[in-house]
Amino acid sequence: MKKGKSTGAKTLVKSLENAGTEVIFGYPGGANLPIYEAMQRSEIRHVLARHEQGAAHMADGYARASGKTGVCLATSGPGATNLVTGIATAYMDSSPIVAITGQVPRNVIGNDAFQEVDITGITIPITKHNYLVQTASQIAPIVEEAFFLSGTGRKGPVLVDIPKDVQTEEFASQQEKRGNLEGYNPTMKGHPGQIKRAVSMIREAERPLVIAGGGVFLADGFEVLSQFIETTKIPLVYTLMGKSAFDNRHPLNLGLFGYHGRRVSNTAVTKADLVLAIGTRFGDRSTGPLASFARDAKIIHIDIDPAEIGKNVPAYLPIVGDISNILPRLTELAETSTMQFEGWTEYLKNQKPPNGQSQRSKNYSADDPAGIHTADILRIAADIFPDAIIVTDVGRHQIYAAQHFPVSSGRTFITSGGLGTMGFGLPAAIGAAVGRPDKKIVLITGDGSFLMNIQELVTAKESGINLTVLLMNDSRLGMIQQLQDYFYEKRFDISKFDTDIRFDRIAEDFGCTGIRINTIEDFFKNIKTASEQRGVTVYDCILGEEENVYPMVTGSNLLELEEGDE
Amino acid sequence: MKHTLSILCDDIPGVMTRISGLFSRRGFNIESLTVGHTEKPGKSRFTIVVEGNDQILEQVRKQLQKLVHVIKVWDLNHERIIEREHALIKIEVAEQERSNILQIITALQARIVSSSGSIWVFEITGDTAAVDSAVNLLSQFQIVESIRTGKIALEQGN
Repeated sequence: MKKGKSTGAKTLVKSLENAGTEVIFGYPGGANLPIYEAMQRSEIRHVLARHEQGAAHMADGYARASGKTGVCLATSGPGATNLVTGIATAYMDSSPIVAITGQVPRNVIGNDAFQEVDITGITIPITKHNYLVQTASQIAPIVEEAFFLSGTGRKGPVLVDIPKDVQTEEFASQQEKRGNLEGYNPTMKGHPGQIKRAVSMIREAERPLVIAGGGVFLADGFEVLSQFIETTKIPLVYTLMGKSAFDNRHPLNLGLFGYHGRRVSNTAVTKADLVLAIGTRFGDRSTGPLASFARDAKIIHIDIDPAEIGKNVPAYLPIVGDISNILPRLTELAETSTMQFEGWTEYLKNQKPPNGQSQRSKNYSADDPAGIHTADILRIAADIFPDAIIVTDVGRHQIYAAQHFPVSSGRTFITSGGLGTMGFGLPAAIGAAVGRPDKKIVLITGDGSFLMNIQELVTAKESGINLTVLLMNDSRLGMIQQLQDYFYEKRFDISKFDTDIRFDRIAEDFGCTGIRINTIEDFFKNIKTASEQRGVTVYDCILGEEENVYPMVTGSNLLELEEGDE
Repeated sequence: MKHTLSILCDDIPGVMTRISGLFSRRGFNIESLTVGHTEKPGKSRFTIVVEGNDQILEQVRKQLQKLVHVIKVWDLNHERIIEREHALIKIEVAEQERSNILQIITALQARIVSSSGSIWVFEITGDTAAVDSAVNLLSQFQIVESIRTGKIALEQGN
């Protein structure tokens, strides 16, 4: 190659390096091999997934745990379509990832060439933006733009599709500048007038409540939220995505609200006269039926995305901007005013002990004929791993984890909330472990979810991470069974798996450690050493007749809920 | 209620799909859509006429605004807009209808753009109501084919 010339693939790798990429989760194929060739001479680490969906979730888990943009790489056609679930998962939870796909050469695009698929067309509704690169000289500015878009404003996935002949194209490389993106101006600073109005609304309120959503997590707004709560003494409830927004053990933290929320949290939402919704899109799993949601409250809605204002719930006072900018200013103004909400917090305290802990003081008794319960496993684990990053899959165990595994504030609870993607957990946990090698990573999963991406156990093993997997194995789809139990005619045969799968042995065969847990004593004994364990350990916990997960809203408002062990 | 949205955006491939997709996903049927270059190089302007629930349409407008290549979206106020549509209408004119049709054409300020034997093509420009009434008046004759551009619109003043 002539001096001063480069290829598309080399430029891509250089651009990824410039964007700060440390690791790529990927899978090779015919249409991305030039990129892999170019990566050989790069410092960027490659983690070889065993399915492209896994690679996308890994990038997502990496992004959520580390706060950096995650990168995944796949080939054209089936490689690209396998990313789709992972991209959609990241999109629904506003997780910043950049997905790079190979594409068939330009001259055969549109000809139904081998492994051709219109991935930019397919991913328009599930990406913040996407690109089909037309010439190699566009690669550098597009990659710069992709990272910029993905990680600013309301974050989200961006896909860059690169035809194979563009990857190999030689061109005289120059410093191409990215476009000015005239139409992209996320509002970061909250409007000062709105902030002042918000403070006077708080001052006038008698029963104010903060709803913390996933936006706090995405903005790393933990510290500013904590300062706001400590200053104003306003009680707080959280959505599933906002679980780690604020220390779960703090006395002002009432816990999860919504469809599977605690009674005290749902009561607080229903009785509040002022709701400060911080970084939440009022998803249907949290609001319940909209007609009765926060019916006595004026709502102050703080969000970075103006399209979220008034989308599901009308906002009395919207403040568009970055939480990290808005909350400190709210706190500052609130400090000068004296607010008294003791009557309200006292009232809530009397509803139920608002300490994020269970009321059930069950002993972990071995002769419980009902066998192991998820809640007991989680309570024990919460003591063993007080400082871990918890990753969950999707299903009944996920709700149990949200209810029974208190976490401190920070990037400590990672779950697929919006899309509810079964199979998210294991690859996301791998990504989290790669992104945060300093932290203990605990995956809480179920047998249904775990089997959906079980091939990634080998990736977990090969990548040298430390990971504890708590597998709640009841040989059934617990959440589905629960829905059938309540709302359908109990055709449980379709939610019950007939085969007893030896997940402990599967783990061993993939090069991990597998331990089958039959009694709670077993678990107690084995888990004690888990925080020092190296490598990947799967605790295949055989559950007894699992109870439905309660509370669950079954009626037309958040207070019509089935209570149970909570 | 009927809305006229004006969208200023980058003139690049794929913009149309991204814009129209946001309408179709929510079940809006686009009544008319025009797109063309503007005074700004590299920018084009869409005028989209759509009918539907105001609240959902407001949501669509906000989602449009979020598209990276969309610079600005206006939901044009119907009382303050200048709107134009253009129509071509092909009519088979019988011998005895000629004088009648010529009178109507004059009254409508329409023009004959082509005539070949008994097949005449007229053009008319005006706001949507004017084009509607022209089509209505001409429908007493044998309309062979007709086509309308859909509306383009700008707000008056600044």
